[in-house]
Amino acid sequence: MRTSRLYPLLALILLCLALLPFGVGGYILGLLTVGYYYGVIAMAWDLLFGFAGEVNFGPSFLVGVGAYTAALLNHYQHWPIWACLIAGSLAAMVGGMVLAVPALKLKGPYFGLITLVAVLLLQNMLVLFSGVTGGEIGLDVPDVLTISDNGNYWYALGFMTISGAILFGLSRSPTGLILQASGQDAIEASALGFNVAKHKMVAFAVSAIFSGLAGAMLIFYLATVSVGTVVDLTIGAQVIIAAVMGGRRTILGAALGSVLLIIGNELLRPIGQLATFFVSATALVMILFFPGGFLGRLLRPEGRE
Amino acid sequence: MTPLLEVKGLTKRFGGLIAVSDISFSIAGGEILGLIGPNGSGKSTVMKCIMGIERPNAGEVLLEGTNVAGWPTHKIARQGIGIVFQHARPLHRQTVLEHIILALLPDDLLMLRANRAVRERAEMIAERVGLAAVMHRLPRTLPFADLRRLELGKAIARNPKVVLVDEPFAGLTATEVGDFSELIASFRAEGHAVLLVDHNVKSVAALVDRALAMYLGEYVAHGTADEVMRNETVRRVYLGGKLEVAARPDTGGLARKPLLGVDNLSVQYGKAQALDSVSITVGEGEFVSVVGLNGAGKTTLFNAISGLVAASGTVTWNGQSLAGRSAAAIARGGIVQCPETRELFGELNVRENLDLGGQHLPKEVSARQLAWLFDLFPILQERQNQAARTLSGGEQQMLAIARALMMQPKLLILDEPTLGLAPVILEQLSKALEALRQTTDITVLLGEQNVTFALPHADRVYVLEHARIVWEGPPGRFAEEAGAGYL
Repeated sequence: MRTSRLYPLLALILLCLALLPFGVGGYILGLLTVGYYYGVIAMAWDLLFGFAGEVNFGPSFLVGVGAYTAALLNHYQHWPIWACLIAGSLAAMVGGMVLAVPALKLKGPYFGLITLVAVLLLQNMLVLFSGVTGGEIGLDVPDVLTISDNGNYWYALGFMTISGAILFGLSRSPTGLILQASGQDAIEASALGFNVAKHKMVAFAVSAIFSGLAGAMLIFYLATVSVGTVVDLTIGAQVIIAAVMGGRRTILGAALGSVLLIIGNELLRPIGQLATFFVSATALVMILFFPGGFLGRLLRPEGRE
Repeated sequence: MTPLLEVKGLTKRFGGLIAVSDISFSIAGGEILGLIGPNGSGKSTVMKCIMGIERPNAGEVLLEGTNVAGWPTHKIARQGIGIVFQHARPLHRQTVLEHIILALLPDDLLMLRANRAVRERAEMIAERVGLAAVMHRLPRTLPFADLRRLELGKAIARNPKVVLVDEPFAGLTATEVGDFSELIASFRAEGHAVLLVDHNVKSVAALVDRALAMYLGEYVAHGTADEVMRNETVRRVYLGGKLEVAARPDTGGLARKPLLGVDNLSVQYGKAQALDSVSITVGEGEFVSVVGLNGAGKTTLFNAISGLVAASGTVTWNGQSLAGRSAAAIARGGIVQCPETRELFGELNVRENLDLGGQHLPKEVSARQLAWLFDLFPILQERQNQAARTLSGGEQQMLAIARALMMQPKLLILDEPTLGLAPVILEQLSKALEALRQTTDITVLLGEQNVTFALPHADRVYVLEHARIVWEGPPGRFAEEAGAGYL
């Protein structure tokens, strides 16, 4: 789809979403609020995988670092929310840089393994130092963004809109083009004169900042932080499923996928444990038969066939 | 004239293998140098060392006096060296024009919009390389030659002082070769220094000002294309001096019962025609060589016979069509291919590799076969307990052949067994093949670009060129009728 037609459509959708609180109840708003935060995480993941070509199996590592940094500072140091958000994003960025170092040295499955191990390490640390972190039970976060359902919803929607605009804009910019070239063929990209390491580091940093910030904002909505909500491997898997279902390399698809996944999980809640199975099976079928995802076709590159 | 690019004493080792040994040359602006050598001669490694894709172990790469040897690739690129890769690897989701825009971008993190001038310049370049009509299309929809044009377009966009071109004409038709020659000549006209890397002097003779020939990492000859082609060593490397034809009891050639028949076989890889209506026959007990340069289609032909790639046309085996049979069924039927990549199990030792080949045989047959092979390749017996990956290239090749023979094939297909081997190893391999031919009634189909190796054993020779069979005859007539193309 041409961008000239895409933008008005997006604006219309966002307007409808912004007006939603006047039509639906707090329960649905609450679902969407969480969906939007995960949407940002999935978009950040897509930047790293879809564009820089780095398969990060542990997006929840970056989210967890951001969330726990913010939570601990708020809980123990009583830092104001805005300071906690900044600190959380910066901490996640440092985490991203730490991941980037092996990523630039290792190829394929080895880097993927490191990202998995990073999540497990973080999870173990949090449980080991449960005296401070609250361990598996979690830690309460004294401050909240707002207690109003509508307010929280708008915060999340606004955050997703701004993040989406930045990430999508970046992906379509010349910098995004260089990033894709670096991801697909590092030798070719460097022969064209691009410092592949530098561009990938930036991709890691950007992806990490948005993941960490989303994690930090999420806990100020939930008013609690726990391994199960922001660090667990299944959270990471959900993010990846959402991004792939929505459409790899589209950025916007990742947000759509996240919202649909959250709604899907909720609709299937009555069938209990089977819900996870059903959602995973659906994702598997989608990956096998529609690898482009929901938006893969819609946001296809503009070239003629 | 001071040279733009000067290479001094370049040396590159991979482990114990010396890929490039003390190579020196220089190219002035407005000059084209051809770097020539057969497979495994190290010419591509020289190019990679210049571009910084490989780090040289010793030597200098001077670009206008600045030594860039060992710099990271992107810095060398920014300093003014560009490369046209042999294999176009375009991005999937970007149009032709976007690829050229990419090549025009500076190495900057904060470029959120490409300006109008960049776009216009990209359009001009697309026009110049003949891509104007297709510049808004995605690469996957383009024919092969257009992808190569795109690579050239990217190089023009970078506007490097020195352009390295890897096998510029591989896989192109005659008219396309003409177009490309013109484009490359235009680099020279604009004062760039151009390094053309190719297998054969002949294919680039019309274009280059000078040529430098390499063999097994070493300097062989240097001069005009004519001088290099007349050079004794070069002739020996490519043609083996005089072509020797070993005497062999007359097998009756075509009069024999045909074992393998290939009729009108065509294979298409995406846009590239890899095999174009090829027909060959191999009689029972015959030794047939298929001679052809890199990319001529030898491996594709063998893979099509073995059922590894889909092809149109028919392959008959003992009078029966092989259509619809799986690769495994074809191999069990007696056609065993020994691929050019060898495909040994590197972590297993020599004996285990051989035992795997004889897996389906009864124990005593397998033991007899093994004894016979150790007789044929004594070195393998010595190396029995050594891991395959630690063998030298020649030993690995012998092991690959021996493993294929363990399967007791009726037809043995050997795909470029000489790839990257030193002459002394070639001789050993050649002796083993000769022994095989004299003592058994095995049928062999050999694919080679090394004519010296392919001819002496052959009963009959086919020449494959640009996906077609262009010559067929006895090895004795090869030199005068088809030999000229193999310098």
